[in-house]
Amino acid sequence: MAWFELLFAAEVALGGLLSGVMYALVAIGFVLIYKTSGVLNFAQGSMVLFAALTFVSLVERGVPFWGAVAATLAVMTALGFAIERTVLRPLANRSPMTLFMATLGLSYVIEGAAQLIWGTQVHRLDLGISNAPFQVWGLYLSTFDLVAAGIAAAMVAALTAFFRFTHTGLAFRAVADDQFAALAVGLRLGRIWGTVWTAAGVVALVAGLLWGARLGVQFSLSLIVLKALPVLVLGGFDSILGAIVAGLVIGATEKLAEVYIGPFFGGGIEGWFAYAVALVVLLLRPSGLFGQKIVERY
Amino acid sequence: MSVLLEFRDVSASYNGAIAALHGVNLTLHDGEFAALLGANGAGKTTLLKAASNLLPAERGRITKGQILFDGQDVTAHDPADHVRRGLVPVLEGRRCFKTLSIEENLITGALGKGLGRSAIADGLEQIYDLFPRLKERRKVAAGLTSGGEQQMAAIGRGLMARPRLFVLDEPSMGLAPLVVAEIFAALSRLNRDTGLTLLVAEQNSAVALRHAQHATVIENGRSVLQGRAVDLAARHDIRDSYLGGAVV
Repeated sequence: MAWFELLFAAEVALGGLLSGVMYALVAIGFVLIYKTSGVLNFAQGSMVLFAALTFVSLVERGVPFWGAVAATLAVMTALGFAIERTVLRPLANRSPMTLFMATLGLSYVIEGAAQLIWGTQVHRLDLGISNAPFQVWGLYLSTFDLVAAGIAAAMVAALTAFFRFTHTGLAFRAVADDQFAALAVGLRLGRIWGTVWTAAGVVALVAGLLWGARLGVQFSLSLIVLKALPVLVLGGFDSILGAIVAGLVIGATEKLAEVYIGPFFGGGIEGWFAYAVALVVLLLRPSGLFGQKIVERY
Repeated sequence: MSVLLEFRDVSASYNGAIAALHGVNLTLHDGEFAALLGANGAGKTTLLKAASNLLPAERGRITKGQILFDGQDVTAHDPADHVRRGLVPVLEGRRCFKTLSIEENLITGALGKGLGRSAIADGLEQIYDLFPRLKERRKVAAGLTSGGEQQMAAIGRGLMARPRLFVLDEPSMGLAPLVVAEIFAALSRLNRDTGLTLLVAEQNSAVALRHAQHATVIENGRSVLQGRAVDLAARHDIRDSYLGGAVV
């Protein structure tokens, strides 16, 4: 019996970890923008919705898969630079709260625009990845979840290499470190922010496709930001690694808590348990597990 | 010698209310090493930021007069354009990118100018010749190096952009006298050997007057004196009234 119980716990945890990957995917979009501009972009969820909706609508109109991916990438690039131009530039040097409120408004504009252009009905999205479970060492795993995890890992590796080894990545890190010094050094902040918002748009597209394939592409897709917030609090707002680890932790604890603590509350705690964890983290470690520690000599 | 930088009766304020400069005049010729002297809060930093058009980033602006760099109004260009045109600032308090290594800090200076890989390699070699200490520390995060090393990195970062006019704000701040001497010796050498034009704001007037050829003194946001460094250094009344009394 003990063996069976253990196997069940492992299966729950594993399922949680894999859904955690999906949370991390959304959180990374936040981290990119927060790291380089100090803006908590509440519109990330709408960007996920917008990307997924654009892609699905193109496919439904007969555009081939990769053509739709390319077209959506182009749209997200245009969106990124348009946001820099019309929202961020006029508000440059304002307080973080002003910028946060601006992105809050922006999220409604993007959501509204997405539905105005593509309509409000629910779309089915089939990426051609099987959702059939298969068995490893007695554990049932979903193929789709594994593929999603693989895609997320590849994207994180690409982003990390980009930040580490390219001159553009170096300029991003410089802006993230000290914005005013970066300005004085002659880096073009507007161009860098436009690029970062585009990168966040690409992340939104990947997240939108994977989430959309699972939940259907619809208005409520933009609400996955609410899944990303506790991940950000736990991992720190400015750490990509933190977003991944925290995503996994939140995913696993959420599912385990639902199964093992849930019955004491009459079930249904999965929805808010992550926030309880985030609250405890805020009390004990306000900058999160991996949040930037100031590099300073004393 | 042609005029490279000129302040014509410049006033500036922050937030539309706090006035920091009141009618400053200053002329800097090509190839000069000029010092900008004045007590804490006199307006030195504001003046230097105004030259690079960095005031808008701190919600400040020029309210009266005009600043010309190489004959063009500086407010017509953004700070990144100024770097490309050869006006390169080194900010007060060094402002190195603390999480980046020393070498990465230097490279960002070249990126600001839009230089390619081979130009970056050349530039790094020159900076390491100028400040050999940086070469030893090139892989270390700037935030973990000493104040002197950070100042050298900040200067090196600026030099990577191949400036024509190099503007430094208090390079001696918080540094040991020997390090200050090393930094000013390096700046003097650049001025002498390559003809680099320098404008250096300093509270440490003794060391500044020793190396500079010309100096401007500002007080409460006004330029009150301008002249040859040797003449200013010789006048005891100036030292007492504007430069914080006894200087060594």
